[in-house]
Amino acid sequence: MSHVRKQLVYEKIAHTFLGLAAALTAAPVIIIIVFLLVKGSAALTPEFLTGMPREGMKSGGIFPAILGTFYLVIGTVLFSVPVGTLAAIYLTEYAKQGRLTRTIRLAIANMAGVPSVVYGLFGLGLFVLFLKMGTSLLAGSLTLGILVLPVVITAAEEALLAVPQSFRQASLALGATRWQTTRKVVLPNSISGIITGTVLAIGRAAGETAAIMFTVAAFFLPALPSSPFSQAMALPYHLYTVSTQVPGMPEAIKWGTALVLLLLVLLFTLTAALVRARFRRKKRW
Amino acid sequence: MVKVNKFQKFREALIGKLILLCGVTSIAVMALIFLFLFRDAFSLFGHYSPIDFLTGQNWYPISSPPVFGILPLILGSLLVTLIAVVIAVPLGIGTAIYIAEVAPAWLRESLKPIIEIVAGIPSVVLGFIGLILLAPWIQKLFSLNTGLTALTGGIMLAFMALPTIISIAEDAINAVPLSYREGSLAMGATGWQTTRRVVVPAAMSGISAAVMLGIGRAIGETMVVLMVTGNAAVMPTALDSALHPVRTLTGTIAQEMGETVFQSPHYYALFAIGLTLFLITFAVNWVADAVLYRYRESE
Repeated sequence: MSHVRKQLVYEKIAHTFLGLAAALTAAPVIIIIVFLLVKGSAALTPEFLTGMPREGMKSGGIFPAILGTFYLVIGTVLFSVPVGTLAAIYLTEYAKQGRLTRTIRLAIANMAGVPSVVYGLFGLGLFVLFLKMGTSLLAGSLTLGILVLPVVITAAEEALLAVPQSFRQASLALGATRWQTTRKVVLPNSISGIITGTVLAIGRAAGETAAIMFTVAAFFLPALPSSPFSQAMALPYHLYTVSTQVPGMPEAIKWGTALVLLLLVLLFTLTAALVRARFRRKKRW
Repeated sequence: MVKVNKFQKFREALIGKLILLCGVTSIAVMALIFLFLFRDAFSLFGHYSPIDFLTGQNWYPISSPPVFGILPLILGSLLVTLIAVVIAVPLGIGTAIYIAEVAPAWLRESLKPIIEIVAGIPSVVLGFIGLILLAPWIQKLFSLNTGLTALTGGIMLAFMALPTIISIAEDAINAVPLSYREGSLAMGATGWQTTRRVVVPAAMSGISAAVMLGIGRAIGETMVVLMVTGNAAVMPTALDSALHPVRTLTGTIAQEMGETVFQSPHYYALFAIGLTLFLITFAVNWVADAVLYRYRESE
């Protein structure tokens, strides 16, 4: 009997430690979010969001950084969503499953693991210098577009695979071609997966720093970007500069920038989670 | 019966080609990354021995002649990653077991989104938090000259690696068939005995893949280490190196690429670091993928 009791005591102790691990994991998240909300919200004024930086960025707003990130995100989506969706269509609708698709999936898994600073070097080598785009919104968007491709492809592929095979067979039996079937039957039924991927990609691109440091981001620009070949400021890089590169920067500006960036990224991550959950609930087949 | 005209046939073929092209983009990108890194790294190795590059103990990129020894940077990356692993692996696996086996449903459902939020926080925001909250605290706790240390970086990296480790480890634990647990409980084992002797061993390959992917994330992370490790390119061989500034491979690229002249030896050396980093993360992820794949096959 005492043996059993000893085991039960062991179980109590073990479960306490496991609970402690979970608490130690979750507590910092809550602390960080609360700190950002409390300290950052003090800086969030309309002027901060819509004004230009002044006095060596030590006062004024962060509008150019917000706008730059907005442009970058649009460029990223314009590249990654069509290419990523077509890549997923290839994997699920067109390709014969075999060595090539296995290699493609391995490449996608590895792309997801390449450090973002390496994407930055790649973008610098290929887009900025080799293709002579210069440090520009275009070069930065393409670099980010490549970086988020695995996210888009994975989400789209999951959605395409969820469309029942019978839908395709019905369409093909009516004499539709493969592309007609894909476009009129498969894609409309997987649109929410593609939206999920797009929104996740936006969140990732909006928060990415290392990949844009050498391809687009500028420390400070007096004017707003005027074309895809302009340099631009961007929120994540702005947070990096105001918190490490400028001595005597007021705390409020740092916390405010961090909070705006966090809210922007979490907004997209949350939207993606909601779209996905809604889609899973509403599936009719 | 259905008339397929020439135009439609042509369009089908064209779209098929376009889709194939997008399909192989990922392979092309991986090849291009390797090619571009290799090309510029090779420009350095033309007149700088790769052995000296990898084993040199000094990184003086702007002295003349410049010295490009990246051993301190490799060791810096390894030290910070090691600290992150020591913290994140027990915490991550413990949390995954807690969520999968112990926690009541309501707690499980609130813990999971909290952990997923971490994966969504941009690394530069975590770097900022490390710089402004954790570093002063570390400095005071150990009464140091600066709070920007390998330990600070390791703690922040551990935090970043946790969501990866937890979600994959939890999947692996959930994939263990219920009958295993029932068999063990029916023999009179307690819940903890079942977890430790049956569930965890059965999920081991998935858990090790989770750890590998977490390591891959930690080695490649840039902004956090750039902002909180202090970036001193010294050999971290002393016993208390964890409490001193170190410099990592990723931090060096991010720090110096902006200041270097394009196509100078220094520029090529930074690409050579990029290639080293690419190969390390490629190897780590490849092993993790192989473990996961074999594990899924065996089910």
